[in-house]
Amino acid sequence: MPYMMAGFPDPDSSLAIAEAYAASGADLIELGIPFSDPLADGPTIHAAATTALAAGATMDTAMQVCEAVANRVPVVLMVYANMVLANGGPAEFAARAAAAGAAGAIVPDLPLGEDGEVRNGLSDAGLARVPLLAPTTPGERRGQICAGAQGFVYVVSTVGTTGERAQLPAGLTDLVAAVKAEAEVPVAVGFGIGTPEQAAHVGGIADGVIIGSRLVRAAGEAGSAEAAAAAVGAFLNETRVALAG
Amino acid sequence: MTGTVEERFGPYGGRYVPETLIAALDELTAAWAEAREDEEFRNQLGSLHRDFIGRPTPLYPAERLSERVGNTVYLKREDLAHTGAHKINNAIGQALLTQRMGKPRVIAETGAGQHGVATATACALFGLECVVYMGTEDIRRQAPNVERMRLLGAEVAPVDAGARTLKEAVSAAIRDWVANVETTHYVIGSAVGPAPFPALVRDLQRVIGDEAREQALATEGALPARVIACVGGGSNSIGIFTPFIEDAGVELIGIEAAGEGLDTDRHGASLGAGRTGVLHGSLSSVIADAEGQILEAHSVSAGLDYPGVGPEHAHLRDTGRATYTAVTDVAALAAFAELSRLEGIIPALESAHAIAWLLENGGSSGYDILCLSGRGDKDLAEVLEKTSG
Repeated sequence: MPYMMAGFPDPDSSLAIAEAYAASGADLIELGIPFSDPLADGPTIHAAATTALAAGATMDTAMQVCEAVANRVPVVLMVYANMVLANGGPAEFAARAAAAGAAGAIVPDLPLGEDGEVRNGLSDAGLARVPLLAPTTPGERRGQICAGAQGFVYVVSTVGTTGERAQLPAGLTDLVAAVKAEAEVPVAVGFGIGTPEQAAHVGGIADGVIIGSRLVRAAGEAGSAEAAAAAVGAFLNETRVALAG
Repeated sequence: MTGTVEERFGPYGGRYVPETLIAALDELTAAWAEAREDEEFRNQLGSLHRDFIGRPTPLYPAERLSERVGNTVYLKREDLAHTGAHKINNAIGQALLTQRMGKPRVIAETGAGQHGVATATACALFGLECVVYMGTEDIRRQAPNVERMRLLGAEVAPVDAGARTLKEAVSAAIRDWVANVETTHYVIGSAVGPAPFPALVRDLQRVIGDEAREQALATEGALPARVIACVGGGSNSIGIFTPFIEDAGVELIGIEAAGEGLDTDRHGASLGAGRTGVLHGSLSSVIADAEGQILEAHSVSAGLDYPGVGPEHAHLRDTGRATYTAVTDVAALAAFAELSRLEGIIPALESAHAIAWLLENGGSSGYDILCLSGRGDKDLAEVLEKTSG
């Protein structure tokens, strides 16, 4: 389940990257909508959002990327709360996302307790509201999050923001097992996964593996739309081999 | 203080943060609800107010300013608090709470450096590790405060994103907190951020208003006509407003930064020219574009140079209990000079905004209290640059 930032490093490249994801057999694309102040993101994705916005990316840019590939692979939008509220409110945002073919949305700064209006807006438009669950989430709350999850539960692997890490925390296996025992939807793990080996490890314990910053870095270093598509495609193929092995 | 620690103020406030922080916000809410009712904690804080900060600060009858304005004006002298501004009230209270929660490490953000210096001071007092996030542009502009923080034992962590000022410093501090939440407390510098911070910071700053109200009643025997304060994030203003909110006859007036004018895109008037939105964990009034991207604020005063504002102010605006207006850079600079010459008090550029409004809107039916939130020594270089150029 690869992540990408809409409009990064520029709109054309991001379309090419989405095509490469679809072509390399991604199970789902997590499509980030660039926001000026992304609190859940580390330096790589924050910088990508800043670059995308400077290159003129808007909500429309993201919807165009979504529309281009949504008939081949499910697309889940990763969008910060202020953009959901600003663009006509949750219902209008959900309608736009549904029209672009999105399967669901992740709002990383809208935890359980704040998400009622957005959850209803998404549900009414037929979209899944994918919740995040963290290592610091207390047990009782974990049950509530799992009970309300739609699409899948997104387990945050590590206490921190997005970004590649040398090692995943030792407690991850137990955390994922606990979530799987409570959730009726698949359980995916993201944050910190940057190598095919880490992906293979997580693939062994969870239903889905989300790779973000590593791919965004590859896209940023590529230099052209073609090179970006080739770089992320190669990484995904390598990961696919590791996951199968 | 009794009752729950508010999470919402009307529709505003809330906790718009990554899931990772929720447990820590719950812990902080519970710790504050318990500490503020605890006699030992209150006694400790009271002693620190008196012996370390130098409270109560005077309520000074500014005679020459009063003559100029046309009615009696009292200045609540937060500039005389230790470290030179009201920021220390919050920093000391939160550091004491950090110690009580058993966390060894503190992080903070700072723009001009006042909150950073206050937090570094409080951490030195309590022997806590302290990291202060500061934009590289602010580090360049505020070199003396950077040196002060280092002298006090704090690490100043440069933030090299966006406009390299306060907004990015807050974001960087929140990201650090997300990563280190189990050992670290975030001493946020204003009445902003996710719940319980807006209520916590207000509770710690209301000492300004509690003292002022008591001092004013003792001197005048009646309540003031108007209470006036500048509003950036809004901590000195919510601090002085709070005890007067139930006094229906007292007008509460908050002064934001109009920068180069509200009709330009260079201002800091989140309440006067913002829209409802989420920034740094709470729903409030923010300076953003139609798509929801947060815009850069501008003010000659670093403390008002922030595109958000505390959620309780947005609620006080909507209910009409407080009135918010804005003053330009030019007017604030003129007031900075005028108060210095009239009263021998060099105000912080933030407070100079409130003075500027008063100079243009004198002649109230009674007397006024104005919160002089800090001293202006920190601003001299900036003012000289702006007025000589």
